Amino acid sequence: MAAYIIRRLFAAVLLLLVVSAVTFAIFFLVPRIAGQTVDQLAAQYVGKDANADAIAAVKKNLGFDQPIYAQYWHFIKAVVAGADYKFGPDASHCAAPCFGYSFKSHVEVWPQLTSRIPVTLSLAIGAAVIWLISGVAVGVLSALKRGTFFDRFFMGVALAGVSLPIFFTGMLALGILTVQWPVWGSGINYVSFTDNPAQWAWNLLVPWCSLAFLYSALYARLTRAGMLETMSEDYIRTARAKGLKESTVVAKHGLRSALTPIVTIFGMDFGLLLGGAVITETVFSFKGIGEYAVKGIQDNDLPIVMGVTLVAAFFIVLCNLLVDLVYAAIDPRVRYS
Amino acid sequence: MKTRKAATVLATAVVLALGASACSSSSSKSDGGKGGGDKNAVADAALTSIVNKSDKKGGTATYEVSDVPDSLDPGNTYYGWVQNFSRLYGRTLTSFKPAAGKEGLEVVPDLAESLGKPSPDAKTWTYKLRAGVKFEDGTPITSKDVKYAVERSNFAPAALSNGPTYFKAHLEGGDKYQGPYKDTSPEGLKSIETPDDQTIVFHLKDAFADFDYLATFSQTAPVPQKADKGADYVKHIVSSGPYKFSSYEEGKGATLERNPQWDKKTDSIRPALPDKISIKFKILQPTVDNSLLNDSLTADAAGTGVAPQTQPKVLGGKYKKQTDSSYAGASSYIGLNVHVKPFDNIHCRKAVQWGIDKASVQQAQGGDPKGDVASTLLPPTVNGYSKFNLYETPNSSGDIDKAKDELKQCGQPNGFETNLTARSDRPAEMAMATAVQASMKKIGITANIKTFPTGKYFTNFVGVPDYVHSHNLGMIMTAWGADWPTGFGFLDQIANGSAIKPSGGNNVQELDDPQINKALNDAIGNTDAAARTKAWGDIDKMIVDNASAVPLIYRKNLLFRPDSATNVTVTQAYLGMYDYLLMGSSK
Repeated sequence: MAAYIIRRLFAAVLLLLVVSAVTFAIFFLVPRIAGQTVDQLAAQYVGKDANADAIAAVKKNLGFDQPIYAQYWHFIKAVVAGADYKFGPDASHCAAPCFGYSFKSHVEVWPQLTSRIPVTLSLAIGAAVIWLISGVAVGVLSALKRGTFFDRFFMGVALAGVSLPIFFTGMLALGILTVQWPVWGSGINYVSFTDNPAQWAWNLLVPWCSLAFLYSALYARLTRAGMLETMSEDYIRTARAKGLKESTVVAKHGLRSALTPIVTIFGMDFGLLLGGAVITETVFSFKGIGEYAVKGIQDNDLPIVMGVTLVAAFFIVLCNLLVDLVYAAIDPRVRYS
Repeated sequence: MKTRKAATVLATAVVLALGASACSSSSSKSDGGKGGGDKNAVADAALTSIVNKSDKKGGTATYEVSDVPDSLDPGNTYYGWVQNFSRLYGRTLTSFKPAAGKEGLEVVPDLAESLGKPSPDAKTWTYKLRAGVKFEDGTPITSKDVKYAVERSNFAPAALSNGPTYFKAHLEGGDKYQGPYKDTSPEGLKSIETPDDQTIVFHLKDAFADFDYLATFSQTAPVPQKADKGADYVKHIVSSGPYKFSSYEEGKGATLERNPQWDKKTDSIRPALPDKISIKFKILQPTVDNSLLNDSLTADAAGTGVAPQTQPKVLGGKYKKQTDSSYAGASSYIGLNVHVKPFDNIHCRKAVQWGIDKASVQQAQGGDPKGDVASTLLPPTVNGYSKFNLYETPNSSGDIDKAKDELKQCGQPNGFETNLTARSDRPAEMAMATAVQASMKKIGITANIKTFPTGKYFTNFVGVPDYVHSHNLGMIMTAWGADWPTGFGFLDQIANGSAIKPSGGNNVQELDDPQINKALNDAIGNTDAAARTKAWGDIDKMIVDNASAVPLIYRKNLLFRPDSATNVTVTQAYLGMYDYLLMGSSK
């Protein structure tokens, strides 16, 4: 088991390296293929008054005058060993893991990222709890009561949930709950959990539900399909035939098997969300990883894009690893040794 | 089967009903009882008066903005709203009078005792600082702090590259000085002298009579050298105004509290009403608008008006009286490039001037609330604006006969084909371009629309003469707002031959007329303010007469003032947003 985890972690590091190299290449090489000069690249970070002196200074300070492989090497070195930068009278040290400084604002990326992780984490965990519970519950009940009003009604809602994008449901919820019936009359703002847990949950409720609406719909349909398939298996009939209680049949034999694909997709979804619930964070103006990513992309700010990409990739890899470990627990056939 | 269908329909209906209820215009929120609101205020009241006037101190003024600022550091910003907002924590040598209407364009001394004293040739400007003004830590503010602030903001682009560089351009030796981070000699830039702690003297290489306007830039707000950390200074800005930072979070926002070291006796322009001020960045525009309508926000700091989807909501019914449709100090126009055939011929340019249906362009960009039809380049809220219309047509909808006549004189009686550029990510500009295309069609000119992204519009495309010539970009859609509200501030960058650059230029029509250049250069050297102001209107007329710029729209902002906002007035000096120095809150 330990050897398996170590092997997987090693692979993860390699994967992150590849992701970073690809991001770097897309950023620097693609514009160059399209004919952009290094000066034009640097001019994007100079502000409105891009005179030649300013462009030259920025180009030098951001290291654009060096070959791309050297720039990549500096980036990787900074992540591992830290680096020194000079954006003022004195040089300042950026300790490892140093993801560099924003090209635009010259502010360190890593502290920005870490300060935003709690926001994204709060959003993702709360939403995940809601969508897992409601999605799986609705899915199971719909499967068991197949064809009834309950099934049809909730599958109808689920269809709506899958089809309605979050920028619609989220904006709608915001419009209704802050203006129409101002339950959240002073707006929905993120409050840190450590500051005020009650306020934290209260203000996150709407984003959680908007996000969970989309996912639980998906999960309900998945669970329903999985349950329907499992419940028609021979071993379920056997379980019933040997006189087990229906609840035991459903929970221990049906659900456990139907859950395997749900866990897989949950790992992917959750990892992806931790890398930034881009649309939800934008709609609710939450300062999470996703919102940071949008800003980085809008500004063509490579260190930010790089930081967010790597954090997202890290979470996806991590969640997938956890999923694989969970398999061992829920599927007796899986062994890592 | 029936039940199934019914259930699905019911589910869909529930979702749709929720949607419909959010879109309906009725609101359960009651009107009265909140207090503070000026019940007599009408639409556009803040354009000419101070609405909900108050001198009551206390409360928290809250601001939100859909973007992030380029920086709140007074030495590293170009944004108009930051120029306005930064006056709360930074006192500049001069500033604009916080007043309603035309009065708001008046430059008044702030940190300085009086306006600058120019030498007769307008090349040397001397300011005396007020006595008794202190930083937030109690240290007296000296002229050296102002000198340092100008040096770091204009000459250190490796760290602080966002701000304008007018001081660099006009100060003697400005092209050689390396900035305080590289050049650590104690005297710094020699053309800024500080003979004593209260006096600062600027030596310019050219006559520049608008210097008092340059001195209003946030770049003259003093910065103590020992506190300067370059790009990191934004995290700990040292205040010289009535408010100091109690927190700052990069990319998220800031809060300000009273600065006990600020002395009202030294400051005649800041009422400093609120006890606290908070500002949040990157709040989605519709959310900002909702908060304004809800009265849970004092102002949208960006000051460019509500989102298009909020517009219908505030223009009808009970919200209407709380709106102000202010001139944004900017004009949209088409530059006709004089080096792209056949626009090298003035008659072909005049054909466009006569033929264009400006009324349809105005409709396309959002109608009256978003802008008025323009006949001059200078918008009405810039010092020097004079009203004229050289190409007057019925209802501003074009005169096809006159246009065709000009086409004949140009030797193109059947019209011609050219390209019309616009910014693809600006929906209003795209809509305007389509309207322009349609009205050109009527006089036989085929204008093919070419679109480019905003971020690279000037640096890679329309601001690069080589690109413009080789791609035959005859008609260039653009918009311009002045960095300071005078005819020179507005026209010099878009009409002076010296503003043509190999890349990133704004003189997109490549207008290089010796008479216009001379008129601009002469007027800026004239210290007689009245004569100067008159000259700007005359030069505007010369440019439009040359026909290389086709004025389309004076742009407007549709602002919304909540009940709880007090002392609300639009400042013409800052692009038609509300004046944040005056603003208070009853909350």
